Amino acid sequence: MSSLEDLYREVILDHYRSPRNRGELPSPPARRVEGFNPLCGDEIVVYLEVRDDVLVDIKLTGHGCSISQSSSSLMSAAVKGKPVSQVREIIANFKQLMMGHEATLGSDEAPTTADLRAMGELAALQGVVKFPVRIKCATLAWNTLAQGLDESD
Amino acid sequence: MAPGEPVSSFDPRRVRADTPLLRRVINERPITYLDSAASSLPPRAVIEAMSRYYEMRHANVHRGVYQTANEATAIYEGAREAIARFINAPAGANEIVFTKNATEGFNLLAKSWGHKNLKAGDVVLVSEMEHHANIVPWFQLREVNGIEVRFIPVNDDFRLDLTDIESLMEGVKLVSLTAMSNVLGTINPIKDLAALAHRHGALIAVDAAQSVAHSPSDVTDLDVDFFIFSAHKMLGPTGLGVVWTREAILDQMPPFLGGGGMIADVRVDGYTPANGPSRFEAGTPPIAEAAGLGAAVLYLEGLGMANIVEHERNLTSDALSRLASEFDGRVRVIGPSDTHSRGGVISLDVEGVHPHDVAQVLDQFAVCVRPGHHCAKPLMRRFNLAATARASFGPYSLTRDTDVLIEALHHALTMFG
Repeated sequence: MSSLEDLYREVILDHYRSPRNRGELPSPPARRVEGFNPLCGDEIVVYLEVRDDVLVDIKLTGHGCSISQSSSSLMSAAVKGKPVSQVREIIANFKQLMMGHEATLGSDEAPTTADLRAMGELAALQGVVKFPVRIKCATLAWNTLAQGLDESD
Repeated sequence: MAPGEPVSSFDPRRVRADTPLLRRVINERPITYLDSAASSLPPRAVIEAMSRYYEMRHANVHRGVYQTANEATAIYEGAREAIARFINAPAGANEIVFTKNATEGFNLLAKSWGHKNLKAGDVVLVSEMEHHANIVPWFQLREVNGIEVRFIPVNDDFRLDLTDIESLMEGVKLVSLTAMSNVLGTINPIKDLAALAHRHGALIAVDAAQSVAHSPSDVTDLDVDFFIFSAHKMLGPTGLGVVWTREAILDQMPPFLGGGGMIADVRVDGYTPANGPSRFEAGTPPIAEAAGLGAAVLYLEGLGMANIVEHERNLTSDALSRLASEFDGRVRVIGPSDTHSRGGVISLDVEGVHPHDVAQVLDQFAVCVRPGHHCAKPLMRRFNLAATARASFGPYSLTRDTDVLIEALHHALTMFG
């Protein structure tokens, strides 16, 4: 069962059982963005509040599997309070991770940039790469957030 | 076993031995295939029939005059005859149209028959338990000519709520219903509903994709007007579907796709469509798949549909009672709780574990189930669910499969509990 535990790491199960930043924000001023996974029916709603180019607050609602829910929780913790430019970098790094570029994370080399350090616990989602059909579960919240940032530009 | 050789007495272990894929070992465990509702596993006879076509008889159909072309045509038309016999089509093979799958069958129904016969305000009556294939083509037709698509509700016992059926029938020109829900396992009273539809001057179309390999399919006895299903859910290959309708209706239906094979004549000023099923079979058809379907029909006939029904009822009854008693209510069956008018499709809602995670854990036990909304989102919404994890039986299933399912479900509950 090693590969199953690779996917469902303790950090992931923890965020699934106790999701961070769960809830809604008054919209407006917050922007409300919906994301769907039409294949499995997962739905996510991201509320983001950007002020002076900083993502000052983020909340999430919706339903989905442990991977999509923990990924959205981990994402919210990683990006909250960060400048939008840095949020975009974190999103880009996470999507790289999901494309199988795990060499930058979880390797013997310590992350060298502030962006990678900011990802921290996100490395727990690395195991998803070995389960290709679940990658879209992990990226749902991220794509939704990216869409929200694009719309607020 | 030679293709089509009848099996004298039904033995699921014999069916297993005939099914190559069930020899797979995954994660050091023998595969437990519980996804026949999504696609059933072909026996060797089906695979060999397709190989034999490619190896010995490959040619296009309805064209050449040479030996193998004649053989290919005989295989293709032979499959049509086999299907006509299997569903007891009153006028035989002339009523059988081959499509790509059941979904294309419903598109043919809506875009050919529906487009010609339905006008603004006419009602197509479907139900909340339909597959998207029997919903979306009607919505598409609604965009074109303003028909109304009306839904028979599903009650809390997971069955059609027919309380107000007489008023629901107002203005209905076509009733289009599944014979067996691909989510709930519910078997609908098609024969009664056919009588009701005809009493109201409407026709009735049946989505038999889920039922065709799990209950007898006698269109004459059911007295229905359209019967639509796919080969790969009846031990046959993917890429082939079937539409049956009465010859008198078929003859009046306009062509669907245009091209070669579907014409009687083409001139520079226009074309004349062919008569019969060919009118709906533009282009080179799936010949190898038809060979496979013909073999699948022989195989199912050899097993005996009544035997299959009884076997799967026993499996379902056993699984339902064990699922109800094993988990202290933490595993809920989304479907009828007994085997009355119910097939071997068992949708599960596992407390605190999303269906995708259920299926992922089950995969470690080499258990194949299907997570998701099963292309039935209106039904999911009806029961306030995003998805279920669905286990489903086939003629090769054994109670041992349920043993492994239950073991794996315990593991999932422990892991996420």
